[in-house]
Amino acid sequence: MLRRTLQHTGSIVWLLVLTIQEMGDAIRRGRLPFRTKIFFQQCDRTGVGSVPLVALVSFFIGLTMALLTGYQLRTFGQQRLVPALVGIAFTRELGPLMTGIMLAARIGAAYTAEIGTMKVSDEVEAIEAMGLGPLRFLVSPRLLAVFMLMPCLVIVSDMTAMVGASLISFWAFDIPLRTFFATALDSLLLRDLVAGVLKSFLFGLIIGLVSCYKGLTVQGGAAGVGDATTSSVVASITTVIGMDTLINIMLVALFE
Amino acid sequence: MKPEDSAPVERPLVELRDISLAFGEKEILKNVSLVAGRRERIVLLGQSGGGKSTILRLILGILPPTGGTVKFNGADVTRMRRRRLNKMRQKIGMVYQYSALISSLSVRDNLALPLEELTDKTRAEIDELVQMKLEMVGMADARDKMPSELSGGMRKRIGLARGIMMDPELILYDEPSAGLDPVISAVIDELIIELSEKIGATSIIVTHELESAFKIATRVAMLYKGEIIAEGTPEEIRSSEDPVVAQFISGSTQGPILETSK
Ligand SMILES: Nc1ncnc2c1ncn2[C@@H]1O[C@H](COP(=O)(O)OP(=O)(O)O)[C@@H](O)[C@H]1O
Ligand SMILES: [Mg+2]
Repeated sequence: MLRRTLQHTGSIVWLLVLTIQEMGDAIRRGRLPFRTKIFFQQCDRTGVGSVPLVALVSFFIGLTMALLTGYQLRTFGQQRLVPALVGIAFTRELGPLMTGIMLAARIGAAYTAEIGTMKVSDEVEAIEAMGLGPLRFLVSPRLLAVFMLMPCLVIVSDMTAMVGASLISFWAFDIPLRTFFATALDSLLLRDLVAGVLKSFLFGLIIGLVSCYKGLTVQGGAAGVGDATTSSVVASITTVIGMDTLINIMLVALFE
Repeated sequence: MKPEDSAPVERPLVELRDISLAFGEKEILKNVSLVAGRRERIVLLGQSGGGKSTILRLILGILPPTGGTVKFNGADVTRMRRRRLNKMRQKIGMVYQYSALISSLSVRDNLALPLEELTDKTRAEIDELVQMKLEMVGMADARDKMPSELSGGMRKRIGLARGIMMDPELILYDEPSAGLDPVISAVIDELIIELSEKIGATSIIVTHELESAFKIATRVAMLYKGEIIAEGTPEEIRSSEDPVVAQFISGSTQGPILETSK
């Protein structure tokens, strides 16, 4: 199990290296490192297409979090801490994590299924046989799209969560909206913001790499594509959560 | 045989020497040698799962052999780095058994793809070439269709057109007429001959269809149990005394093929 995991991790890092090399080849020939049309298509579905889901889920998680913590804090008369609590929790932790999990399910699965289907119908090999470099063609636009758009989606998640939290705080705990946002902003440290953004880039990279790798290594026809898609989502989510924990431990050890 | 006397000898385009290949424990090829000279049309016969498609992959450098050398135009494919390999692949057209057209691109974009990516041709020049190759395979009106809107035979012809977009020196066909009706198969057979004559390319054709094999081939090789057991002109193979070859060609159930594979 551990050996297999290490092998896969090695192959995934290797995939990143090869993709960058193939993009380098293209640049050396005076071409873009990816086909712009595919890149914009992928950006559209990865970024724009994910906004509703991310916003909806984050809104309700922010709302629920404010409500539950608020009721607990109110017994000590401390409900004014709610804005800071939700603000810090989302920018630093829940925003990247929830968005990562949602993207792994929504986009990682799609990437694996698409590339996997192309693999079992020999399309990937045909691209390779033409001398085009399948990684540059298939992996780089997807990887870049999810890598660059993940932070944007995390910002969407943070903001909608705050909106959800502020509304419920106004209604249940009589915290005015203006006060809510002012206290939340006051309590945010640059460190929390940076940690959140770094995490989102990293999670984007993980989801992109894992899902493309799972797609490219599909074997055994349609059933193989199904298995690979499932295992892609599971692997992305576990890796995202694992890395998240690791980063949190490191940040706490280094800075607190 | 004094090469210095005559015009410079052409070196063979493709040379496979003592190729062996195993996937784990499973030995697929052993000691396979096959040489294809320029403008030849070599048909590779053999049982399903015998490793015929694998041989085509070896030539393209997609799969490394376990032992032996693969040469294209005198250069060792197994030792090529990525960039040289991609350069070489531009001179080879591959026609896949199930066409392997890119399903998210229209017929036009499928054919234009290698030209857009690998040449500096303008859009107008590319469109003109696409039109020309489509006419060559008799599919000019499918230009703006998606692959999913085409029948198997039509897709195969588009696959063929894609294979010749870059005017390759070598065209590899993986079961080009398998699963097609007799008329379309005959059309494909004629296309293969016509293309090799028009472009002057060498062709290696993997097939099960004996009738078309003998029609197309300038030379036939038979792969059996991982080895080339017979090689010669169509007439030589047709009249071969080798029991395996004879059984394969007559399509008989009596003979060494089924007995030994038990
Ligand atoms: N990547 C691979 N890994 C393991 N086995 C393979 C692989 N590719 C092909 N094979 C096996 O090699 C054998 C030959 O395959 P193939 O060349 O496709 O046969 P053919 O084209 O003659 O029908 C088959 O038994 C197949 O299962
Ligand atoms: Mg085959």
